[in-house]
Amino acid sequence: MNAHVTQDPATPTRNLLARIGTGHLVLAALLLAYPLVSSDFFLTQIGGYSLIFGMLALSLSLLAGYGGMVSLAQISFAGVAGYTVAIFGENNSNILGFGWPWWLVMPLALFFAATSSALIGWVSVRTEGIYTIMITLAVATAAFYFVRQNYTLFNGFPGYTGLRAPIVFGVNFRDPVPFYYMCLVAATLSYAAVLYAARSTFGLTLQAIRDNPRRMRAIGFDVTAHKVVAWFYAGLIAGLAGVLLVWFNGRISPGTINVAAAINVLIIAVIGGLKHPIGPFVGAVMVVLMQTFAIDIVGAERFNTLIGVFFLAIVFFSPDGILGLWGQLRQRLAQEDLRSRQ
Amino acid sequence: MSIADAPKTPPGSAPGSPGTGITRRQVWGLFWLVLAALFIWLVFADWPEWVKNILLSKKAFLSACLNGLTLAGLYFLVASGFTLVFGLMRNVNLAHGSLYLLGAYIGYEIADRTGYWLLGVLGAFLILSVVGLLMQVVVFRRLEGDDLRQTLVTIGISIIAADLMLAVWTGGTYQILIPDWLAGAIKLPIVTAVRSNGSIVLLSYPFFRLVVLALAIVIGIGLWLMLNKTRVGMMIRAGVDDREMLSASGTNVHLIFAVVFAIGAGLAGLAGVIGGSALSVAPGEDVRYLLASLVVVIVGGMGSITGAAIGALIIGLAEQIGLVYFPTYGVVLTFVIMVVTLAIRPQGIMGKSQ
Repeated sequence: MNAHVTQDPATPTRNLLARIGTGHLVLAALLLAYPLVSSDFFLTQIGGYSLIFGMLALSLSLLAGYGGMVSLAQISFAGVAGYTVAIFGENNSNILGFGWPWWLVMPLALFFAATSSALIGWVSVRTEGIYTIMITLAVATAAFYFVRQNYTLFNGFPGYTGLRAPIVFGVNFRDPVPFYYMCLVAATLSYAAVLYAARSTFGLTLQAIRDNPRRMRAIGFDVTAHKVVAWFYAGLIAGLAGVLLVWFNGRISPGTINVAAAINVLIIAVIGGLKHPIGPFVGAVMVVLMQTFAIDIVGAERFNTLIGVFFLAIVFFSPDGILGLWGQLRQRLAQEDLRSRQ
Repeated sequence: MSIADAPKTPPGSAPGSPGTGITRRQVWGLFWLVLAALFIWLVFADWPEWVKNILLSKKAFLSACLNGLTLAGLYFLVASGFTLVFGLMRNVNLAHGSLYLLGAYIGYEIADRTGYWLLGVLGAFLILSVVGLLMQVVVFRRLEGDDLRQTLVTIGISIIAADLMLAVWTGGTYQILIPDWLAGAIKLPIVTAVRSNGSIVLLSYPFFRLVVLALAIVIGIGLWLMLNKTRVGMMIRAGVDDREMLSASGTNVHLIFAVVFAIGAGLAGLAGVIGGSALSVAPGEDVRYLLASLVVVIVGGMGSITGAAIGALIIGLAEQIGLVYFPTYGVVLTFVIMVVTLAIRPQGIMGKSQ
């Protein structure tokens, strides 16, 4: 992972608006106004879905970008949250389903997701670098086979159905517009939290650990603890996305958390770019749009080949994803500009 | 796990923890000896009731052990290529499962068209070696020294490969037919039960599975000899330890890389045909064998053939024994083994600490 561009935290910030930045404000306005112009299909299938997968990829990006740990198990943590919702909430499958209210189930789901993430993180930070990918891939695959085999707890192959978003204060979150806004709020919170954390003492320490763990250990930082805490935060975001995902699908099954899904999250993060927390969301929009419309072009059958080729092209030609491409373009334009001035 | 991996560990080939003193070694030796004695007793003795109460029937137990051993053989064939490639090039080839599956399909086509199973095995090995060579020369050489991008590329390749294989061979399940001289079951000189009239029941087992095991052992020994007794092997081992120094001392590292990648991919293809004959070929097998390779190599230690053998034995036996005794938690057992290994010895059983 390359170094992140972190702005000098010492810069005094005058007011809230300046601190948020014009780009973010414009983006927020556009996203808030999006339901006014889009159909229900575009609202949930594209908008909501992109935001959910953007959050999943963000949780990976948080680990990979700031911590140098590429995890393929984020979808598994989302699955932990999703299955928690299914088991402790209500479902149609007549198995378990304790029927707890959403305000109890949701924190529990997030807690389980974050704890499992921290546990896996604790195991995988014992090794370094490329090992993390292998261990987390093994974890993701094992999790998939386990939930498929186990019927007593996870209802095996069919999984759970009939998982619905709650109705709160008369607002039915199953409807497209409330659901979209719920996803938007969750995604914005996650995004802001990552941005904030990146500039906090913890975030800076984490980035320093990524760049030189030995030196950080030598000057007295607990390297393992910082990494595990990063995993915990990533698990929280993945868990939040997982809860939204089961509400979006209305169901959860082993297919939701299979290896293809795990790799999908990585693809989204890499296509978008791991350098900045906005990258995962850009990648998610790209991939979701491709998933939705490429079927009309290449047919549903060969969709994976298309996305695979696209992914390979990104990895080969722009290691920093779409964002990196944008950066390269801007640099080149700046150079052209200089040249023309001479 | 079983003592069966004790003889597979060549003494002194990879000192686990140097300088721990002779006493600790003796304790471990004693431990393995007791375990071996227990296992031999389990295999040959007439089981008393209380053992049956714990381990179901002797037949189930022995079949699980034998299945575990043959599965270990298969896992070893797949994982040895993976571990060689990783050890030398620090390249996590996540397309390794795809190589396995492609080998299986190619072996099926060749065996089906020519009617010679052996030709299928050979063909899959050779074709996959060429595929591996191409992957190394065309793709990985361009991304040298960038672990993450190499890994991402292999993920991309595995997605495309899985999709294209699905297009060509569809979603059906294939069975590679084995020749008659390998088919059938043989009776092993192990008594599973004594009938009331005094006649004994011998354990019968598919002959082909024993051949798989034998083949894995032969290839394992072959690889070990190649790595430890030949000049190429010496270069590979030197490359595992220090790539830059090997390069600086005048060896063409890229040639070595290409050779190793070809062998690794070829072995995956060979394993594909063997696995496709012993079990079956279907989409999704690539993920299964990728997982197996990952866990075997994580447990056994990166870049070590002996480690791959030990890891394969542990995982193969755990999987099959788990399947018999706690069916729905079999995968968890594999996972627990991986976690315990990482917790106690992060670099794997035979891995060298960095």
